[in-house]
Amino acid sequence: MSERIEVQKTYKTYVGGSFPRSESGHYYKVFDSEGDFLANACRCTRKDFRDAVLAARAAFSGWSSRTSYNKGQILYRIAEMMENRRDQFVKELGQIGFSKEEADADINASIDRLIYYAGWTDKYLQVFGSVNPVASSHFNFSILEPTGVVSVLAPEASPLLGLVSVISPIIAGGNTCIVHASEQYPLPAISFAEVLNSSDVPGGVVNIITGIRSELVEHFSSHMDVNSILYTDELDKETKTKIDELASNNIKRVVKKNISDWYEEDSANPYFIVDFQETKTTWHPVGF
Amino acid sequence: MSETKTKESTYKPTSPNSKLDFASLWEYSEAPESSANLEIKDKYELFISGKFVKPSKDRYFKSLSPSTEKEITQFAEATQKDVDKAVKAARKAFKGEWSELKPSSRAKYIYRIARMLQERAREFAIAESIDGGKPIRESRDVDIPLAAAYFFYYAGWADKLEYAFPGKKPKPVGVCGQIIPWNFPLLMLAWKIAPALACGNTVVLKPAETTSLTAMMFAELVKDAGLPDGVVNIVTGAGQTGAEIVNHKDIDKIAFTGSTNVGKIIQKSLAGTDKKYTLELGGKGALILFEDAPIDQAVEGIINAIYFNQGHVCCAGSRLLVQENIADKVIMKLKDRLETLIVGHPLDKNTDIGAINSKEQFDRVNSYLELGVEEGAEVYQSKCSVPESGYYIRPTLFTNVSQSNRVVQEEIFGPVLTVQTFRTADEAIEKANNTPFGLAGGVWTDKGSKIFKVGKALRSGVVWANTYNKFDPTSPFGGYKESGVGREGGLHGLSAYLNLK
Repeated sequence: MSERIEVQKTYKTYVGGSFPRSESGHYYKVFDSEGDFLANACRCTRKDFRDAVLAARAAFSGWSSRTSYNKGQILYRIAEMMENRRDQFVKELGQIGFSKEEADADINASIDRLIYYAGWTDKYLQVFGSVNPVASSHFNFSILEPTGVVSVLAPEASPLLGLVSVISPIIAGGNTCIVHASEQYPLPAISFAEVLNSSDVPGGVVNIITGIRSELVEHFSSHMDVNSILYTDELDKETKTKIDELASNNIKRVVKKNISDWYEEDSANPYFIVDFQETKTTWHPVGF
Repeated sequence: MSETKTKESTYKPTSPNSKLDFASLWEYSEAPESSANLEIKDKYELFISGKFVKPSKDRYFKSLSPSTEKEITQFAEATQKDVDKAVKAARKAFKGEWSELKPSSRAKYIYRIARMLQERAREFAIAESIDGGKPIRESRDVDIPLAAAYFFYYAGWADKLEYAFPGKKPKPVGVCGQIIPWNFPLLMLAWKIAPALACGNTVVLKPAETTSLTAMMFAELVKDAGLPDGVVNIVTGAGQTGAEIVNHKDIDKIAFTGSTNVGKIIQKSLAGTDKKYTLELGGKGALILFEDAPIDQAVEGIINAIYFNQGHVCCAGSRLLVQENIADKVIMKLKDRLETLIVGHPLDKNTDIGAINSKEQFDRVNSYLELGVEEGAEVYQSKCSVPESGYYIRPTLFTNVSQSNRVVQEEIFGPVLTVQTFRTADEAIEKANNTPFGLAGGVWTDKGSKIFKVGKALRSGVVWANTYNKFDPTSPFGGYKESGVGREGGLHGLSAYLNLK
């Protein structure tokens, strides 16, 4: 009997809750750890990024006004869906050189991270908000609100745990985002998009595109309707400068964190949520 | 028949449409605050390492009073060499005496500053009004007492920082470069220096070139308070001096308050460095006035929102959005109220609106007044008299404006209010958020649920509901979007001056 021919998956992007190909029609080849061909990934362009920003902006008002409880349940649901598909992720990580133990540890930590942030959704406001004892007859309180649309250069070397670790705190805080997946290992990100798509996460809240980072950095940093940009890899001075310079055009919040080990304790904490929050202070007179 | 006939008054308190008319009932006599006890030196040097030192190039620039257009004094122009000297002094203090101090001792120095400011409050208020043009009532009752309150508030944080950030060990940032604007000179200095010192940093501060007087008086006070040398350094100068601070390699953190344009330049200059920064930038605050609001109270609030400090307020409520069915009534009442505002000498205690801070700003506001007319707006200015010399602008309303007009989109930073109307709350929110800014907004309504709904929808760092332009050291302040990055004031204001590990 002849061996069954496997049905391979076409890896596309994830924008606005659907899976379009790059508008450009461009692709680049993704290889496994042995150097063998794995898949063609979309080589996204500025146009794809702009479409993703539109989707993220459109989703912002709805997502940011979901209750904290609801956001928590949705993050928890992502973890549930991931648990369900762990074999798929273990396989994909294995293809790019993770040992069985490493892949198991990566998917376990990714699922746990989602649950960690699911639990924060209805707590960080209590920990980081305040009632302010002003010296006049006013009631005054400060709450945190999401910064808005965040563009993310996902960790290059940690295609799943790193990715989940940057997306979770951003959406837990009510933001929407456009993520550039690891350039060399984009496939787990697209599989993660499939998880998101089946987890009650509204379309547009997380948008994931693939491509060549050096081609996309400019657009991720310069778009006038993006409020913040995050990167966690050590970048060369020239790229860092370029990001900062372009970000200044609309006072984008540039969040830089050098995290190489996504297992370390400090790689997940509520301050990661606060980095993508704005403090709003409301005053009202007190009187009859 | 009696010959005496009661003069008919136009003021009928019982009529809802009665016009406010104070001027024909009585005249105000001048009530000038005496400046006899204020000693202004002929010129001021730089304050570096606890001493007043000559600028390296020995250049000084003149400072004019905007209310008289006369020279008050001269300030030293700090060049790159001077800034470097100040940074070195700050670094030395940071590594040495200041960081060796117990936090509770650090607190005591800051408390001392607060107390001395209170003691010398009147003198500072008079100087502020002469130098910057703001009415003495405001400098006396708002600027100076608040500045002292910021020091008093932050002093107490010095030995309690670990309670502010759960799970973190806060450490000072190092040397902070601070650049402040001319609209609230001493108050902005307090916003910057108080938290920086409380967190254990040392500072190099540059006041605005048109309003350096109270900063130099503050330097004397720092000396009197006995702070270790180099903890507070104050260098005067214009934009170039500011740029030297921003670009100095040994500064760890930049704090800037000023225009959005300059803020962008600073953010860009800092590109590629690991300097921390906070930016408090421009605004175009919307005041949303609903039909169910107590209108007279709202009109008072609007007046305070836009005409406070000649409108030189980054969070000024400069766009009124009024519900259509009450618009005519509100505009009429606003015009009436405008007529009662007194534009006059800053030191006169009757003055509501003082002098525009500088010739440059005076020209800028006037160019916006012309632009508004060109754009088709209807302009209304009060008919009050203004002093003959000095930079004065009557309080102004622009009606018949649309969302895309430049006078609606751009920060004018003067006593100019634009008025638009809306029908539904959603329309009001849409219009309020439709500028690149996001510093402050106001909501006027009698309905609590509406306050929360609209307040939440406003993309701005401060929401004043049924009030406006209130400030307090415990209350965080700062913008969304292009109005800046970071917060000043309150617990949240500490994080800008700390590294959290």
